[in-house]
This record gives sequence, C-alpha cells and structure tokens, in this order.
Amino acid sequence: MTTDGRTGGRTDGPTDRPTDSVGEWPLWEVFTQPPGGAPHEHAGSVHAPDAEIALQNARDAYTRRGEAVSIWVVPSAAIVASSPSDAGPFFDPGNDKPYRHPQFYKVPRGVKVF
Amino acid sequence: MGGRSGGQAGGDSPLFEYLLRLGDDRLVLGHRLSEWCGHGPILEEDIALANIALDSLGQASLFLRRAGQLEGKGRDEDALAYWRDEREFRNLQMLELPSGDFAFTIIRLFLFSALGQLQLERLAASPDAELSGIAGKAVKEARYHLRHGAEWVLRLGDGTDESHRRAQSALDELWPWTGELFFQNQVDRALRDQNLIPDLEALRASWETLVKDHLSRATLAVPSGPPRMTGGRVGRHTEHLGHLLAKMQIVARSHPGAQW
Repeated sequence: MTTDGRTGGRTDGPTDRPTDSVGEWPLWEVFTQPPGGAPHEHAGSVHAPDAEIALQNARDAYTRRGEAVSIWVVPSAAIVASSPSDAGPFFDPGNDKPYRHPQFYKVPRGVKVF
Repeated sequence: MGGRSGGQAGGDSPLFEYLLRLGDDRLVLGHRLSEWCGHGPILEEDIALANIALDSLGQASLFLRRAGQLEGKGRDEDALAYWRDEREFRNLQMLELPSGDFAFTIIRLFLFSALGQLQLERLAASPDAELSGIAGKAVKEARYHLRHGAEWVLRLGDGTDESHRRAQSALDELWPWTGELFFQNQVDRALRDQNLIPDLEALRASWETLVKDHLSRATLAVPSGPPRMTGGRVGRHTEHLGHLLAKMQIVARSHPGAQW
C-alpha cells in the first residue's frame, strides 16, 4: 500500500485498510435506560477497543431515536452467567415442596390485614 | 418571502451567501462520510460514520432550505444541492478532498468539527431566529461529532506505529487547508455589522488551543507550514469537487422532479 498524496490522482472514496491484522475488538454488553425512570435493560452488544468508544458505539447503535436517557456498557467478559446445566438446581421451583411457597400457609384467624 | 433580518433579501444578500457556506460545508462533508457506508473499519464505526453523515446532511438541508427561502426564487434545499454547479458551491476545499484512509477522514472531521462547534454555539445566540434555531439544533450534533473525532484522534495518534504514521501523515496533508476555516470577506462584515454572526477571527484562538492541545495529547506534531491559498468560499475548488458532485447529483438530474 502506498501513502501517495491524496490530492494527486487518488481515486475517490475511502482507501486502504490497515496493514497489520488487528484482532477482533472486545465485546461489550449495552444496557439502556428508557425515559421515565424505568431500570436499565439489556439492549444488545457492541465491539469496541475501550470503554469510551464502547459508549459511543452503543449510543450510535441503540439510542439514535430517543430510546434512552442513560447507557451502561460492561465488558462482556465481566459478566458471570449461570450455565444451562444450572437450570435444574437454580430454577426448578420445587413445586413438590408446597411449604416453600407462602400460599401454603393459611393466615390465622385474628390476624388483621392492614 | 421576507428577508426579515438578513438585510436585503434575494440571492445577493449576505445572509443567503453565508447560509450557502454553512449548508455546503455540511453537504459535502456528509457526502464524503457517506462514502464509508459499508466500508468502515468495523461495523460499529461504519454505523457511527453513517450517523454523522446523516446529521451533516440534515444540517445542510436546514441551512440550504433557509437560504432558498431568503433568495425567494422558489429554490428549495434539493434544488440548491442538486442543481448548482461547482463554481456555485461555497464549501471549504478541505471538505471536498477524497476521504482517503480512516485517519484522514477522522482528522478532517476533528479539525472541522472543532470550529463548527464554536461557530454554531455563537450562531445559536444570533438575533436571527431562523439561524439561531437551526444552529441550536446543529450544535448538539456537532458536539458529538467533535467528541467522536477527538477520541479517535487520540487512539490513532497514540496507538500503533502504523496508526500514528497514518494520523500524522493525514494531519500534515490537511493542516495547510485549515487556513480557509477562518476566511472572511464582505459577506461576513455585512452580517457582523448587524451582529448576526460571530467574527471567525475571534474564534481562532479557541480553535487553536483546543486543536493543538488535543493533537499534542495524541502525540501528533502540529505542522508549522503556512496555510495554503484557497478559494472555496468564492466558488474556486479543487479538481475533486466536480467528481463528487457528478456522483451526488446524477440521480436528481437524470430524473428531474422524481418523487420516492
């Protein structure tokens, strides 16, 4: 690739790409807060080399049409997630043990609902 | 059509001419940025540049529409964008240069937006309600353009050997064209006499401080050469504008009046 003067016979339009192959940028998870005070929600993810660019990329990808009043970006690698194999022990509601649910218990007579 | 505050109305009015400058700068820059669509270094940056291109085209549309209203000859923003020829364009030559590589695109965006923000901030306080309204809307976008450009200047300048070399070479190439940013003539004097617009010379120190401090943070050396003689503001352009306009205008000129 050359670095000839741009004003001297270059073709129109964007030109060459970097020569050193850069690895994929890190992934960031994007959380946006809608107007009205609702909590931040996961919006999606973006690639970015660092936090500031991640914030800008998130703004460009997810908030151009007034969808948000605040953005959080978090390195995807910093998120600790449960694994599918945890589904049973984590989330099985234990319906065979009805005493785990408050509905199991009758409110004794004499207790006033306030 | 009332040239309510621009002195005399019509195509010779200084305000018409001034609005063409503001509009054409953003039309041409927006077109150059739009060329990156589908060619960005990474999807996210592709989207960012396309967003900035759209902002710029939107600003151009507002400035040119207002110019057409003041002129009073029935030309709207499309007529001004698509049916004027090279010599009638008033944009800075710097903005019509081919996009080059990513570094060139970013350094140009940074140098232009740095003045654009300062100028639009002042124009947002202009007693001309239309001008201040458009500038007030545009300045919010310009702040973001500057922030995006500035952050990338830091990363390119103070990044890898290659990104530094490319950024420095883009800066060396662009710097001589920056003199035109501060071009003023009787158009500006007439409008300044009415306190409608800021004196660009009064913004030069702020621009230089902002730009030079930032470039030095990015480990880039500010070139010392004198500004080149330029004439974009009076319709003299480089060989590149004609090619740009050919692409930009061909659809409108091939199908006059087409609606979609």
